[in-house]
Amino acid sequence: MALPKDYDDLPGTVVFDADQARRGYHLNMFCMSLMKAENRAAFKADERAYLDRYPMNEEQKQAILKRDWNGMLQLGGNIYFTAKLAATDGLSFQQIAAMMTGSTQADYAQMMLNGGRPPEGNRSKSEWKNRG
Amino acid sequence: MAKIIAGVATSHIPAVGAALDNGKSGEPYWRPVFEGFERSKEWIAKVKPDVCIVVYNDHASAFSLDVVPTFAIGCAAEFPIADEGWGPRPVPPVKGHPELAWHIVQSAVLDEFDITIVNKMDVDHGLTVPLSLMFGQPKEWPCPIIPICVNVVVYPVPTGHRCYMLGKAIRKAVESFDRDLKIVIFGTGGMSHQLQGPRAGLINMEFDKRFLDNLTRDPSTLVRIPHIEYLRETGSEGIEMVMWLIMRGALDDQVEEVYRFYHVPASNTALGHIILENKS
Repeated sequence: MALPKDYDDLPGTVVFDADQARRGYHLNMFCMSLMKAENRAAFKADERAYLDRYPMNEEQKQAILKRDWNGMLQLGGNIYFTAKLAATDGLSFQQIAAMMTGSTQADYAQMMLNGGRPPEGNRSKSEWKNRG
Repeated sequence: MAKIIAGVATSHIPAVGAALDNGKSGEPYWRPVFEGFERSKEWIAKVKPDVCIVVYNDHASAFSLDVVPTFAIGCAAEFPIADEGWGPRPVPPVKGHPELAWHIVQSAVLDEFDITIVNKMDVDHGLTVPLSLMFGQPKEWPCPIIPICVNVVVYPVPTGHRCYMLGKAIRKAVESFDRDLKIVIFGTGGMSHQLQGPRAGLINMEFDKRFLDNLTRDPSTLVRIPHIEYLRETGSEGIEMVMWLIMRGALDDQVEEVYRFYHVPASNTALGHIILENKS
């Protein structure tokens, strides 16, 4: 029997657990390959062909091609791996973080300067239910 | 006899390394961060450790998903700087202390900590940013470094209590090493931060400050924090703070807080830093 997941209630968060690690193995190993300059060049030259070298499903490949950063996490990606794709695109951690929150770079940076996102109102999915 | 004389905890934010490497440490955004480490640099220059044990986590640099050790120790003579996607940081290679590292392995395994032995390992920002913050930009790092890697990437990460007990096992190992060495142990990562998903940017200053207070005064309360509390209260990456408990476990029960620094934001993260000295 599977262990209960008390963290399923966290809003806007994918915990990279055993299920996610299994689902995303090839996606993450693709990201890992981008640590080599020659692989980054090959990927940039023909993204689709490069992705086809990895036994990912089509949904995962589409998330990568569309740079759907949240989608990649849902499909088993881990942020430290997908950050390598971001680096390949010339994006920083803060830039992809802003994208994943759906805010502009300027708004996200300002939120951080103001002390970040507070835990109040962000602890449970129930608190996010009525958000606009 | 070798002896652990002090512990240092610090965040290991990659953007801090990038700011230093790209000559931006004087910019208004970054200046307060580097000023916060001026006293720490003076402190460690005075203390002159013979070896530093640095507890950190690899960020999918040396370890992919092919092999994920919960605890690993670098036993090599030298550790190259990892290319994390934008070329290796322009910092000196890290020299190890194989004799002491292997000694820690032997002692820890017999003490029931089955730590993974690593003889080939690139080290990433998790290890090099704390070195830069404490030692600045020297041509060579001033002492050998023993890297200890903790898995905080794949959930579940080890519990705070397990980490604390590993710290005690490391201390026991060090104290049975038959050479007079002055050792400083680093715990790195944290503090509150979430790098991923729609909740990215979470910061919990209250939790962080309480954690710093209890790190000095009452670590027994910290070792009982369950994973869900880290995840909920400090963000999905805030759980890195368990690595600070390895450092704390390696120190005396009673310690003296020499210095503390806390700053928000550094990129996505609350930067925390503390120096604790053994009284004995």
